[in-house]
Amino acid sequence: MSAEDRLQGYVGRVRRILEDAGAEIGDEIEVRVGEKTYRGILIARYELADPDHVVLKLPSGYNIGIRMTGDISVRRIAKARKPGFTPPPRPEAKPGLPKVTIVSTGGTIASRIDYRTGGVKPALNAEDLLSIVPELSEIAELDSEILFSMFSEDMTPGLWNQMAERVHRLIESGVDGVVIAHGTDTMGYSSAALSFALQKPPIPIVFVGAQRSSDRPSSDAATNLIAAVRVAGHAPFAEVCLTMHAWHSDDVIAVHRGTRVRKLHTSSRDAFRSVNHEPIAYVVGGEIKVNTEGLNPRGGDGYRFRPGFSEKAALVKFYPGMGPEIFEVLAERGIRGIIVEGSGLGHVANRLIPTLKRLIEEGIFIGMASQCIWGRVNMRVYQTGRDLLRIGVVSLDDMLAETAYVKLSWCLAQTDDLDEVRRLMLTPIAGEVGARSLPTRAEGVVA
Amino acid sequence: MKIDYGEVGLKVGLEIHRQLDTRTKLFCDCPTEQVKGKEIVFQRWLREAQSELGEVDPAALFEARKRKKIVYHADTSSTCLVEMDEEPPHDLDQEALEVALTAALLMNAQPVDEVHVMRKIVIDGSNTTGFQRTCVVAMGGWVEAAGKRIPIQTITLEEDAARIIRQERGEIHYDLTRLGIPLIEVSTAPVIHSPREAYEAAYRIGRLLRATGKVKRGIGTVRQDLNISIRDGALIEIKGVQELDLLPKVVENEVVRQLHLLRIRDELRRRGVKREDIEGEEPRDVTHVFKQTKSKILRRKVSQGGRVMALRLPGFAGLIGLEARPGIRLGAEFAGRARAWSEVEGIFHTDELPGYGITGEEVEELRKTMGAGEMDAVVIVADEEEKARDALERVRERAAEALEGVPSETRGARPDGTTVYLRPRPGAARMYPETDLPPYPIRPEQVEELRRRLPPTLEEVAENLAKRYGLSPQAADELIDMEKVELFERIVSETGVAPTVVASTLTELMKSLRREGLETQHIPDQEFLEFFRMVDRGEIAKEAAEKVFRWLAENPGKTLREAVESLGLRPVSIEEVEQRINSLITAHRELVERNPGKAVSVIMGELMKDYRGKVDGARLFALVKERLAKQG
Ligand SMILES: [Zn+2]
Repeated sequence: MSAEDRLQGYVGRVRRILEDAGAEIGDEIEVRVGEKTYRGILIARYELADPDHVVLKLPSGYNIGIRMTGDISVRRIAKARKPGFTPPPRPEAKPGLPKVTIVSTGGTIASRIDYRTGGVKPALNAEDLLSIVPELSEIAELDSEILFSMFSEDMTPGLWNQMAERVHRLIESGVDGVVIAHGTDTMGYSSAALSFALQKPPIPIVFVGAQRSSDRPSSDAATNLIAAVRVAGHAPFAEVCLTMHAWHSDDVIAVHRGTRVRKLHTSSRDAFRSVNHEPIAYVVGGEIKVNTEGLNPRGGDGYRFRPGFSEKAALVKFYPGMGPEIFEVLAERGIRGIIVEGSGLGHVANRLIPTLKRLIEEGIFIGMASQCIWGRVNMRVYQTGRDLLRIGVVSLDDMLAETAYVKLSWCLAQTDDLDEVRRLMLTPIAGEVGARSLPTRAEGVVA
Repeated sequence: MKIDYGEVGLKVGLEIHRQLDTRTKLFCDCPTEQVKGKEIVFQRWLREAQSELGEVDPAALFEARKRKKIVYHADTSSTCLVEMDEEPPHDLDQEALEVALTAALLMNAQPVDEVHVMRKIVIDGSNTTGFQRTCVVAMGGWVEAAGKRIPIQTITLEEDAARIIRQERGEIHYDLTRLGIPLIEVSTAPVIHSPREAYEAAYRIGRLLRATGKVKRGIGTVRQDLNISIRDGALIEIKGVQELDLLPKVVENEVVRQLHLLRIRDELRRRGVKREDIEGEEPRDVTHVFKQTKSKILRRKVSQGGRVMALRLPGFAGLIGLEARPGIRLGAEFAGRARAWSEVEGIFHTDELPGYGITGEEVEELRKTMGAGEMDAVVIVADEEEKARDALERVRERAAEALEGVPSETRGARPDGTTVYLRPRPGAARMYPETDLPPYPIRPEQVEELRRRLPPTLEEVAENLAKRYGLSPQAADELIDMEKVELFERIVSETGVAPTVVASTLTELMKSLRREGLETQHIPDQEFLEFFRMVDRGEIAKEAAEKVFRWLAENPGKTLREAVESLGLRPVSIEEVEQRINSLITAHRELVERNPGKAVSVIMGELMKDYRGKVDGARLFALVKERLAKQG
């Protein structure tokens, strides 16, 4: 996210013409091309578009592109009007409501549009949030903090650590729940990370995102956020979890366990699904309906703060025809553990086995998860699996590959001892593995 | 009442919308034809992001206040995740863009250099996204109509909205099948000065659109919106005129309505009614007045826990019920406003009472309770107290506006040519760029190519039709105006029936049935084709057309087979006819030998008694001649 460019998207000759006219984005300008004259507001240019057009917003509200060739001139008519928005005063805090803090890490859970220029501004502080989603003031006494302003694909183990530290401080400060607004791409990894760093927390730690950006009237941001704040402030359980739409409808929001959830659709509102596990709860019409047993109770005293994530873990997907090079390069670069997303019950090509054997002998942890996504790894059924077990590959049961990677990153930061890493990887810590596999539910059947 | 439209300063602008008959929808690959498949139902809420400028748009406020649960019905044969707002839009459909550009060139408009798709905020639920995707394709054209040049301001391409299935309190249901079908919108400058000119301009634009050969036909594929003003009146948007023939009537009615409101304004001023007088009135509970009432609706509402609320309107006596034309009176304005905002039923005013089961004694009591004098009127609403109060506050607001004349608003057209209040007029359109799509440059070479390939105008099409099929120019024109050219050509090419017979069935016959009020437009093309196939095979006489199509128009959804069956027009086999002829020849043997000419007419007379409408007369005649020749 770069500093604001006053001629955003314009380059080369057209940019110079605009500069010479003293025009900036949002100014009213007149463009003359040959016989034709256009008047309108100068609009930022789309990054991938060709450099020869100027975009104007006409008085009707429509944008058009004008090709700047031939006899052209540009004249500035009026300076841009600065958007002058003051959010309405914060609603009176209702006494007796739980305190919930919203930590923003990027992505916009609420925003405001400048219809004049098409600019979308995120609402980050509590006042802004409450003015856009006023329902929140009925659910909790809200506070908000900005931790990062980034795309979630740029997240790193180091940043998980900062996130965990921040939430730990909030827990110590005595809030009743924490909501973490997060871009959806890697939100499942972050929810797993905090599950390991903040074990048996005394309060709910709730991740939330949106699959439709918050500038759209149809955005899922508000409904997801309202459910997240409700869970953070009122749930009887204290889990690291993630609240998103259960299906295409706005009326049921699913609460997933942080270590058991995966993004399974690129664009749909119900992209996040619990895998090998049921959602731990649903929020329906303002009510939290607990769906599974054995949840960590709110206000319990088992809380342990165990931060630390290593950048020396890797996640590698096996594919037919794969050669050993990638494993060799990772070993050379000092990687200390690899989660392999194997085929089926947990296999890789036989010709990779000698390489994996050498890596394990060199002290690198190799764990096996399945690229099937659903189901449990079992390496005793076929010869290849048995061979992999024999050389010391660790079978990770029904743990999601992504969760296994996050857990490995966490383990490697807890200890330097490979045996201890192995032991920790096989020890259930945050509900990341389960002993019973149940039949999957039919699509779209919830609550 | 004769209106001098020049005198009243009428100005009309048109927005003509028409669905395009493209292979796919505008922003996804779903078909534009309706297909029946598996339906899923899901529910949404819409909320508009705040505007940076913090401006309050009256139309947006209206929708926000009525915030409803939106229920969508999606048939997965004709909708995908794009219409469900679960997937970003695919690229702008190039076929639709070409049709729009072609239409633009036919209307002498200048294509833009680069098309930018915009999001126009619409939060009534008719778009799952909460906005309609729309883009300007061309500007600055003109059409020749009503003896003058009518400027075309913009030609836009946009996605059609979802269709309302039903509305309930707090809930609205939409079908997504129509959502995303490409729609072209042609907007004229407000230079139309009479109902006749409005008709002619719309007719002309419609013909040019159809010349592209890529527009959809039939019910719901065309929609005309108008903006209308008269001197001293206000700019009124009227949405959704579906029938071209209705257009002049809608314009005329709107002028009558505005003139009527101006007269009421003058009378209210003459009576010395002040804005403060109206605004000082408060709705009051008068349920006790109607304790013993015989009015069904009041009784029902009260028994459901509702109240009867009343509002006094000082100085309004006689003006609320005063009618300029059926449906055009201040009372209708009050009811429209109250219903749109509060969804109440059962609104009455003292100009129309006693009546509706409300007695004179009750009216007296009501007037007394409200302290209403002879010159005052009282409006009552029965519903849940809050709704009723809300409705009366809207009535009060509308009554105050009557002092100013005509309030500017958006109205909806009704099938009878009158209009009803829909919502306040929107402020500047709330539009922002569709950031999921790139701009689409239109290359000059592409425009030149389209210009070279411009389709013939419908005048040229008519000329060709007439020449090729030996039709009269009027018949060719009618086929075009009734949008039956494709069907006509198909029937003529697939059957051996004379083109003039096909043309007159498709045009003259349908028009005469329609004049009787029959809805022939519902009869599917397939049934016409099937009918002429049967004629061709000699299974039915062309003379049966009137009976058959009358029956089909009266029985929508039924097939030709069922018509034939029900009308007793069971196809007659040639063998049967031949046998009958043989037996007639035998019976009249003497006459046949004595006077063959007379015999033929006698036998034909008998045959026609049996087979009129079932076997073509000319065919019967030929068969009789043939038989007789053989015998001879
Ligand atoms: Zn689709």
